[in-house]
Amino acid sequence: MPILQPLGRTFLLFLEATGRIVLFTTTALSHCVRPPIYPRLIGRQMIEIGYYSLPVVGLTAIFTGMVLALQSYTGFARFSAESAIPNVVVVSITRELGPVLAGLMVAGRVGAAMAAEIGTMRVTEQIDALDTLATNPFKYLVAPRLIAGLTMLPILVLIADIIGVFGGYVVSGYKLGFNPATYLKNTLDFVEPQDVISGLVKAGVFGFLVTLMGCYHGYNSRGGAQGVGAATTNAVVSASILILCFNYFITEMFFAR
Amino acid sequence: MTDRSANSGGDDTVPKIRIRGLHKSFGDKVVLDGLDLDIGARQSVVVIGGSGSGKSVLLKCILGLLTPEAGSIQVDGEEVVRMNSRELERVRRKFGMLFQNAALFDSLPVWENVAFGLIQGERMERGAAKKIAIEKLAAVGLGPEVGELSPAELSGGMRKRVGLARAIATEPEIIFFDEPTTGLDPIMGDVINDLIVKCVRQLGATALSITHDMASVRKIADRVSLLYDGKIIWHGPVGEIDSSGNPYVDQFIHGRAEGPIEMQVRAI
Repeated sequence: MPILQPLGRTFLLFLEATGRIVLFTTTALSHCVRPPIYPRLIGRQMIEIGYYSLPVVGLTAIFTGMVLALQSYTGFARFSAESAIPNVVVVSITRELGPVLAGLMVAGRVGAAMAAEIGTMRVTEQIDALDTLATNPFKYLVAPRLIAGLTMLPILVLIADIIGVFGGYVVSGYKLGFNPATYLKNTLDFVEPQDVISGLVKAGVFGFLVTLMGCYHGYNSRGGAQGVGAATTNAVVSASILILCFNYFITEMFFAR
Repeated sequence: MTDRSANSGGDDTVPKIRIRGLHKSFGDKVVLDGLDLDIGARQSVVVIGGSGSGKSVLLKCILGLLTPEAGSIQVDGEEVVRMNSRELERVRRKFGMLFQNAALFDSLPVWENVAFGLIQGERMERGAAKKIAIEKLAAVGLGPEVGELSPAELSGGMRKRVGLARAIATEPEIIFFDEPTTGLDPIMGDVINDLIVKCVRQLGATALSITHDMASVRKIADRVSLLYDGKIIWHGPVGEIDSSGNPYVDQFIHGRAEGPIEMQVRAI
């Protein structure tokens, strides 16, 4: 009995938190599609999420592509299958590593910043001030971030795909002795639209999850600086876990036979 | 403040704000316990009470930021408790609010903070809204150069002034003041009190303030209500506060530790 009680309490708390997140999400989505829409705020968030995340996502992608080519070479050389390296690099980057790593990097950079900003607004009564100024906080704070996350992450991932493949190309061509033209031809011959599209769908979902968790934890933060700190941590951790969970389900949706 | 209300002495007309039987609890802690209060049009009412007595909760219930468990809040005869968000937004267009720490938006310059209600709430064009914001800043004694600053660059007194300018920018019918002089030196506190009196009078607005600063009460109130134990236990004109004959009021206005009001002090 003493073991079951805390288990039951934890389960009920989990259900309560899930319900809160579902309610928050439906309210936020309804404000994304109902006027008034704030183009200026959406644009600002797009720059924040897309433009300012580009260096960190680009660096992650290029080194991932380079490491992937090197590791594939050391592994495949045992089976004399070095010619498969361009195929492995492009499929790994477009299907998995591009969207997942970009999602995790954006969760760390943008999700944390959103939770901290909205959390600070909560504890300093700025969100109450929005309400009293007849401005719905969901519409003003949450909806622009969700729209920007949903639209900008696929663009970031598309760029990350190109940079990642380029990383593999550089290492293969200048270190591993591949013919650059053949490498590119193999890459383009092997990659299918579905590889890229599945990655972009993942990116859209991850962008939504990162911004949703940032907004949710920030909006519900309590108790001053400590509460804002906890909200920031929770936003990053929950977004990262959700990215990995949803990555599996989307992969199964696209590729399971 | 001179009583400007036509019905300041009685309840013979519909009050601007009417509160009946308001209950609000947080867990086992009952904060408001059947509170009744009427605020007449163009009156300035100040609710006084100790720290943790529920003054801020009362204000948040009226603003629709908290939902009471029971009771009624009417604004211009219209019930606002459990209103849907769209209707609440419409009613809130009548409100202006000065928060305790001003609650200015850090991400916007001062002028955009002041003009926020005009741009977002009333969909005014930004240029026209900025012009009004500069006028409102001038009304609270701040120059146009302040409008270009970030809220982080302002002193406590300037933040309060900007908060006041934002509260009056849309020329609301009802203005709420949450501890308007808290954290300010006595001189700056008096400057803010004077500005509140001037702005409320110019707008012909109804004002509801909460404070425990008696200097502020005497300056800005037409009528005073004492909140204790979740209820209004005394309500009367500010001129009668010193001769109320109410031991709770006497203890509060003289700031005595001994008396019928028992402050909750945790045992060491």
